[in-house]
Amino acid sequence: MNTSAQIGKYEFFNIIRNRWIIFYTILLLIFTDLLFRFGGDNPKVFISLMNVVLILIPLLSIMFGIISFYNSREFIELLLAQPIDRKRLYLGIYAGIVIPLSLSFVIGVSIPFIIHADWNFDKFWSFLVLLITGICLTFIFVAISYLVAVKNEEKVKGFGIALLLWFFFTLIFDGILLLILFMLDEYPLEKFSIILTLFNPIDLARVLLLLRLDIAALMGYTGAVFHKFFGSFMGFTVSGSTLLLWISIPIFWGLKSFTQKDF
Amino acid sequence: MKRFKNIIEINLFKITGRLFWSPDKEKKSIIFIYLLFGIMLSSTSLTAKDVIVGKSGEVQSIQEAIRMAETGDRIFIPGGLYQERNIIIDKTVTIWGEDRPVIDGENQSSVFIIKANGVIIRGLVIKNAGVSYIEDNAGLLIEDARDCVIENNDFINNFFAIYLSKSSYCTISNNRIQGNATRESSSGNGIHLWYCKNITVEKNYISGHRDGIYFEFVQNGLIRDNQSEQNLRYGLHFMFSDSCKYTSNTFKKNGVGVAVMYTNRVEMTHNTFENNWGSASFGLLLKEIRDSLIRGNIFYKNSTALYSEASNRNRIEKNVFTQNGWALRLMANSMDNQIVHNIFEGNSFDVATNSRQNFNQFNENYWSNYQGYDLDGDGLGDVPYHPVKLFSFLVQKNPPGIVLLKSFFIQMLDMAENILPVITPETLVDKNPRMVRHYD
Amino acid sequence: MIEIRNLSKKFDKIPVLKDLNLKLEAGKVSAILGPNASGKTTLLKSILGLVKPDSGQIYINNQSLNGNWDYRRMIGYMPQFAKFPENLSPREVIHFVEKLRGNPAETDQELYDNFQILNELNKPFRTLSGGTKQKVSAILAFLFYPEILILDEPTAGLDPVSSQYLKKKIEKEKLNGKTIILTSHIMSEVEEIADDIIFLVEGNIYFEGAINRILDDFSEKRLESAIAKMMQDTRP
Repeated sequence: MNTSAQIGKYEFFNIIRNRWIIFYTILLLIFTDLLFRFGGDNPKVFISLMNVVLILIPLLSIMFGIISFYNSREFIELLLAQPIDRKRLYLGIYAGIVIPLSLSFVIGVSIPFIIHADWNFDKFWSFLVLLITGICLTFIFVAISYLVAVKNEEKVKGFGIALLLWFFFTLIFDGILLLILFMLDEYPLEKFSIILTLFNPIDLARVLLLLRLDIAALMGYTGAVFHKFFGSFMGFTVSGSTLLLWISIPIFWGLKSFTQKDF
Repeated sequence: MKRFKNIIEINLFKITGRLFWSPDKEKKSIIFIYLLFGIMLSSTSLTAKDVIVGKSGEVQSIQEAIRMAETGDRIFIPGGLYQERNIIIDKTVTIWGEDRPVIDGENQSSVFIIKANGVIIRGLVIKNAGVSYIEDNAGLLIEDARDCVIENNDFINNFFAIYLSKSSYCTISNNRIQGNATRESSSGNGIHLWYCKNITVEKNYISGHRDGIYFEFVQNGLIRDNQSEQNLRYGLHFMFSDSCKYTSNTFKKNGVGVAVMYTNRVEMTHNTFENNWGSASFGLLLKEIRDSLIRGNIFYKNSTALYSEASNRNRIEKNVFTQNGWALRLMANSMDNQIVHNIFEGNSFDVATNSRQNFNQFNENYWSNYQGYDLDGDGLGDVPYHPVKLFSFLVQKNPPGIVLLKSFFIQMLDMAENILPVITPETLVDKNPRMVRHYD
Repeated sequence: MIEIRNLSKKFDKIPVLKDLNLKLEAGKVSAILGPNASGKTTLLKSILGLVKPDSGQIYINNQSLNGNWDYRRMIGYMPQFAKFPENLSPREVIHFVEKLRGNPAETDQELYDNFQILNELNKPFRTLSGGTKQKVSAILAFLFYPEILILDEPTAGLDPVSSQYLKKKIEKEKLNGKTIILTSHIMSEVEEIADDIIFLVEGNIYFEGAINRILDDFSEKRLESAIAKMMQDTRP
C-alpha cells in the first residue's frame, strides 16, 4: 500500500472517531430533513441547501482543518522521524481529513434527500451538482486551513486568520465586488464581473449551482457576455476548471511550505 | 355535387322560412327584402359549378381554373405537386384541396394573391413563397378582401405564410404554419395583419417565423387557442390594435416572447407564456398599454414574465407566475395598475422597479417568499409584504450585479433593507398578502 | 557514524547553530548538553531532517543526507513530549508505524515486555497518562533495531522502574555498536549512561569529549558540578 494512502487511512480512522464529525453529520441530517419536512419537495429546499453548502461547509471545513492540523502536530513530528517522504505525509493527512468530511456531508444531505425527494432526471442532476460543489468547497477550505496552519506556528493566530479568510470569502469579497461595480458603472462590466467571481471559490460554487437552479434569472439580463457565459457549456467548463484550480493551488502551496518547514 | 346544391337550398329555406314566420309584424318589410335577396342568392348558387384542376384534364393549372370559374364556383385541386406562383384570385371562389395538394412557389414571389371577397381556402399545402427584401411575399397574400376563410391548410417554408392587409371579417383557423427562419432580416411573419378589422385567428400552430402572429392597426381581432413557438422574435407582436382579445393561446420558447404595444382596451386572458429565455427575453412585454385586462394567464420559466413600460390603468389579476427570473418588472412610468389575486411562486425576483415612487396597487396576492403570519385567521397575512427586494433594485441600476444573486452578502443586505427600507419603494406593498396559494 | 560539517541554522534571522562541526561515533552514547536555547533540539532535529539547515552538510555513514528521507530507516527517535492521535490506540499506532516501515519480520519486543503496558494497548491515547505515552514512544524508537538512536529527554515522565529498564536498554544497544545521541538535564543520568559530552553554548560547541576528560579538566568528581562550572564560565 502506498504511504499516502496508509497515512490517509489512519488519519481517517482518527477523524471519524472524533465526536465533532459525528455531530457535523447529524447536524446536516437533521437540517436537511427539517427542510424537507417543512418546506416540501420544491425549489425552495434546494435554495436553502445551497445556503448550507455555501456558508456552512466553508466555515466548518476551515475550522475542522485547522483544529485537526494543530492537534496532530506532534504526531506529524513523530511521523517525520520515520522514513517517509514529507509530500506523501502531507497529502496523506490532507486526504485523511478531507475524505471523512466530504463523506459526512454527502451522507448528511443524501439520506433525507433520498427519503423525501420525488426523483426525476432534472432533480438528480441538480442534486449531483450540489454534492460536487459541496465536496469541492470542502477540499478547498481544508486545503486553505492546512496552508494557514503550516504557515503559522501560533494556534490563536492561525485560527484568527482562518476565520478571517472565511469571513472574507463569504461576505467581504462580495461587498467589495458590488462596490466596484457601482463605482465603475459607466463602463461595460459584464466580463469584469464574471472574472471577479472567479477569484472567490464560494462565488464560483454559487454560480455553478445557480446555473442549475436559477438559470432564468441569470439569463434575463440584457448582456451578450452574460448570456454567452452562463448559458453555455463554456460557463460550466470555466467555472468548473477554476474550481479545480482553487483546490490545487492551496494544496500545492501548502505542500511546498510543508516540505520546507522546520519542526 | 347535387348534394351541395341541396344543402345550400335547404339552408336558404331555413333562413327565409324563419323570417317568414317571424311574429314581429313590424319586420315584414325587411322580411320581404330578405326574401328577395335570398332568392337572388339561391339562384346564383344553384347555377354555381365545380372546376376540377387536373394534369390530364382540360384545366391544367390552378390559375387557369380561376380564370374559367365564375363567382361562386368551387375549384377542386386533387393531391399532387403544383409548381405555380402569383396565382391571383380575383373572384369569389372556394378553393378546395383533396388529399392535400402541394402548391410550390419555388422560392420566388407569392403563391396565392386574394383580391376578392368571400374567398374560402381549405386543405392546401402551400410552400416556398420566396424571400424578398422589397416585396412582402406570402403563401397567401390577402389584399382588400372581406369575408375570407382560410382553414385546414399547411404552410411550409414561406417568407410570410398568411399576409392580410386592409381586409376584414376573415377567419384564419386550424392552419399549421412552419417556417425555417434563421435570421430576423431575411424572414417574415407567420400570420401578419395590417390595417384589418374583425378578424378571427384561432387554433393555428405557428413556428419558425420571425413573429408568429403580427397585428398592426387591427381592430376587433380575436386570437384564440393558437400555439406560437420557437419563432425568432415574438410569438405575438401586437401594435396599435385597439379592442382586440387574445385568449387561451400558448406562447413558448420565442426569442423575445410576446410584445403588446401602443394599444388601448386589450383583453389577454388564459394564455400561457412559458420558457421564453435569454437576454432581453420576456413572457409578455407591455408598452403603452392602457385600460386593458390581463387575467388568468400562466407565466412559467421566463427570464422576465411580465414587463410593463408606460402602461396605465390595467388590471392584472388571477395570473400565476411560477419560477421566472423576474415575475413583474414595473417601470416607474407605469401607473394606476391593479395587481390583485395573483400567485407568485418560486420566482428569483417577485417585483422589480426603477424608482422609489410607486403608483400601482397590489392587493391579496399570494407570494411564496412571504414570511409573515396570520393571527386573526382571515387568510391574509397580518404583516404587509414588500415584493421589491433591495437586490432587485440594485440589479435594475447595475445589471452585472446579478452575479451576486443568492449570495450571503445579498441576503444580509435584503434582510437589513426589509427591516429598515431606505432605497426600495416604501409604498410598493401588498397590505393583504394571501397566506395560502389559491386555485381560483 | 554521524558527521556534521559546517552546519548553520537561523530562525527568524537569529542564529541557532553556528558553523557546527561534529563527529558522533558508533558504539558510544553521546550526550548533548547546554543551557536552554543553546541549540540542542535543533541539532537533533537537523539530524532527523525535521529542521532544514541553512548551510552545511550532515553525513551518515559517509552518505550526505541532502533532501533524502530513506536514511531515517536507520534512526529510532524519541521526542521530548510524545503526542499521538487522540482517538487511536497504542496498538493501532504501533501497527501503523510497522506498516510504514514495511512490516519487518522481526521487531524488538524487549521494551514491550518490560514496560507492561498490555492493559493500555487498546485504549485511545486521549485516556492515557503522559508516562504511558512516553513508554509507547520509547517502544517505537527501539522497535526496528535502528543503527542510530536519537533520544530527547528519554526518561522524563517515566516511573523509576521503567526508567531503569530504558537505561539498561540504552546500555545494551550501545554494546551492540549503535550510535546513540541523547539530551537530558539529569546529570547523574548522563554520567551513568553517556560516554561523551557535547556542550553547546549559543550554537557553538564549547566542549566536546569524554566524561572523564571534563571531570579532569574541571577537577571535579561529579559531572553536575563540572557542568555548573562550565556554565558559569560561559555566562557573559
